[in-house]
Order: sequence, then C-alpha cells, then structure tokens
Amino acid sequence: MRLLYFAWLRTRVGCAEEEIPLPPQVDNVAGLLDWLGRRSDRHADALRNLGLVRVAVNQDYVGPAHPVREGDEVALFPPVTGG
Amino acid sequence: MIRVQREDFDAGAELERLTAGNHRIGGVGSFIGLVRDMGGSDRVSALTLEHYPGMTERKLAEIEAEARRRWPLDAALIIHRYGRLEPGDRIVLVATASPHREAALAACHFLIDWLKTEAPFWKSEETPAGERWVESRAEDDAAREGWTPTLNV
Repeated sequence: MRLLYFAWLRTRVGCAEEEIPLPPQVDNVAGLLDWLGRRSDRHADALRNLGLVRVAVNQDYVGPAHPVREGDEVALFPPVTGG
Repeated sequence: MIRVQREDFDAGAELERLTAGNHRIGGVGSFIGLVRDMGGSDRVSALTLEHYPGMTERKLAEIEAEARRRWPLDAALIIHRYGRLEPGDRIVLVATASPHREAALAACHFLIDWLKTEAPFWKSEETPAGERWVESRAEDDAAREGWTPTLNV
C-alpha cells in the first residue's frame, strides 16, 4: 500500500511517501495507525496525538473503522487550513 | 469549474469569462482570499501552501456539485493557488453566477466555508520566530456547520 504524509506529518515522519506491504493483522485505519506508531521513533512522534490526524483512503475522508486493503492509497495529514 | 494552480489569476478576466454569452445571469457573487501580513500576533513575511494533488481537485469538484444541487447556478468557479505566496498575494477566487443575487451570494459564501474545512490544503507561515504550520480554526468548522444538512464529503 502507498502511504502519503502532508504538512507537519510529512516533516515529522521525515518523508512524503512510503510504500509498504499491508501489515499482518491490520484490516482497518485504527489498526494501521497503531502499527505505524510503532514503526519508528519519528512515526511515533508524528502520531502521538491522533486527535490531530486526519485520514483519507483512496482520496476520501474516512474514520478509524474504515477498512484498509493491499493497494490502497492512505494519506495522513493535519486538519486542513486552505482558503 | 475547478483550477488548482501555482500562478496568479486575473479576477476581472475570470469574472468576465464566467458570464460571457449567458444573458440569463443577473448576478455574480465573488470572494477573493488574500495573504495577510499577521498570523496571531506575529508578522508573516510569506506563506507556503501545500496540497494533496488529486484529492484536492476531487474535493473541490464535490463541493461545487453540492453548491449546484442547492442553488440554481448558471456558472461556478473555484481557483485555488499553491506554493509560496507573500502578503497581499491572492490565494483563492470563488465566483458564482445565477439569474438572481440571492443564489449567487449564498452559493459563494457556502463554497468558501466548505472549501476551508474540506479541501486538503495546508499553510505554513514564515515569521521572525521561524516557519510554522498554521493550525485549523474552530470558527471555520462552526461556519461550515452553519450550512445544514451536513454533507459527508
């Protein structure tokens, strides 16, 4: 699956994008965030406060129970500030 | 119509084009967002807008479609810029055209309120204390919630 990071999530994780196989036992957004939070110190720091993290799967906003599958594009970012 | 671009836009020319040849249109509503020189109590010398290519266009198109469902619009335009901008620079143009002013003005207001909470853009400000990410504002969420019923976009 393809992971994308934007704004301060990108700077804290240290990359804009990474390609990973769907981790074992992960089948939804909450599980993926939990797994990512243990991936590295940088990921742990970026995902420390999940209240500030928005998730889009295949370019649609989703909640923690939304399923994730091999091949999905999953984007993590803070609340938007455009306009 | 949706455009996401680095370049500036000419608001007058855009409005002209929006209504060209359509004489049913009796009113145009427009909003232009500009870069402010203050962020909180700090001077802002520039800001950089980042976005999520693909999802941005998709969300803006959804928001435009929702406005067209709610009001009888003859034309609608959203132009949003990205990249590094300085105080006074234009960030966004929203324009709507309709036979009557009520629909044009309401739809324009709706579009900018929804865009601010739904379109995946992020601002980073350059201040004397360094560069920092702008935080989302509760007022923006409240403004969006004012437009009921809530739409799941």
